[in-house]
Amino acid sequence: MNKYVKQLKEGLLDNNPTLVQLLGMCPTLATTTSISNAIGMGLAATVVLICSNLFISLLRKFIPKQVRIAAYIVIVSGFVTAVELLMRAYFYSLYQSLGLFIPLIVVNCIILARAEAFASKNKPLPSIVDGVAMGLGFTFALCVLAFVRELLGAGTVFGFAIPGYSENPMVIFVLPAGAFITLGIVIAVVQKIRNAVADKAHLKAVEETRKSVSKAENREEASV
Amino acid sequence: MEYFGSVMSLMFTALLVENFIFSKFYGCCPFLGVSEKPATALGMGMAVTFVITVSSAVTWLVYHFLLVPEWADYDLGYLKTIAFILVIAALVQFIEMFLRKFIPTLYSALGIYLPLITTNCAVLSSALLIVQKEYDFIQAVCFGFSASLGFTLAIVVFAGVRSRMENADPPRAFKGFPLTLIAAGLLAMAFSCFSGIKFG
Repeated sequence: MNKYVKQLKEGLLDNNPTLVQLLGMCPTLATTTSISNAIGMGLAATVVLICSNLFISLLRKFIPKQVRIAAYIVIVSGFVTAVELLMRAYFYSLYQSLGLFIPLIVVNCIILARAEAFASKNKPLPSIVDGVAMGLGFTFALCVLAFVRELLGAGTVFGFAIPGYSENPMVIFVLPAGAFITLGIVIAVVQKIRNAVADKAHLKAVEETRKSVSKAENREEASV
Repeated sequence: MEYFGSVMSLMFTALLVENFIFSKFYGCCPFLGVSEKPATALGMGMAVTFVITVSSAVTWLVYHFLLVPEWADYDLGYLKTIAFILVIAALVQFIEMFLRKFIPTLYSALGIYLPLITTNCAVLSSALLIVQKEYDFIQAVCFGFSASLGFTLAIVVFAGVRSRMENADPPRAFKGFPLTLIAAGLLAMAFSCFSGIKFG
């Protein structure tokens, strides 16, 4: 059980597919104009990721190595078509606002990367958990970005207007230019945190070696 | 003549107004990944232009003669995503083999970029856009060519900007990818001035 919790934490934070691995930039930039779009996109990709991870893991012993990428693409595009038709039937407005980016889940690098790096080497259950973890990590990253962009660019949160600001917001943040800039700043914040953690670990390691060196010196002195 | 005008305006729109990178975000992965040097960016752009132009023609034929033919009484339009990605994957493989055999100089220039193009979303999205906008064959090929030329323009210009940034000394947290994204944002701002242009 513990292993799965670790996997979830890995996907959501330590090894977040969007913010740390920097995969799947097209939907991240394009669909984060509002939080509802971001959640829709994230969950659609999560469903596809879970299903494709499960199937690729089940078929991992039957897929010949030479044609594995083509086989993955066929499996993924099957699930994407299913998700697309389901969204058209039940979430039509979301389907319209996401537009082409639902069929484009087929060529999302996150899904192929997880198929290649994880599902093709692991048993079905861990592969499903990996799909959930990475999918939620992707959704989480999209929501962070969409929250900032919707707040600054449209003056709304979840569609609710913020009085005093929504009349005259900084529209640049919902335009394409704002997508690049916001993502750049969010990733810079993530790098800042990771740098701080790495520095702390480094300092600790330096401190420990210094301690052990001085201990060794003390012992030497004592023996002399 | 009127038709010619409509094709020209369509091409101009695809090239600048609805630029694949800066207004639609199709193909951002190679745009951010393969834009460190202008020379490699140009190679990638040319490979993408070649593949998209050919694939626009082929997927148009597949869609109108195989999936939704006018004379037949079936409609396999919902299979277009699967059909197109398979056609594109096969086409990229075929182009790679063809170039290696017959035009080795072009192959040595584009060779390493070709396998990456299958998963470039610009290719699939241009095929899907052509279906969505109901273009005829000539419009489809012109659209594919000018949209991918827009991609090439964006990636080459951006590679020039990035090679200037190499000597910059940003704050540590902004080093690498964040700075690249912010530069792309500034370029997108410049490109957004085209969005005021409307035809017809």
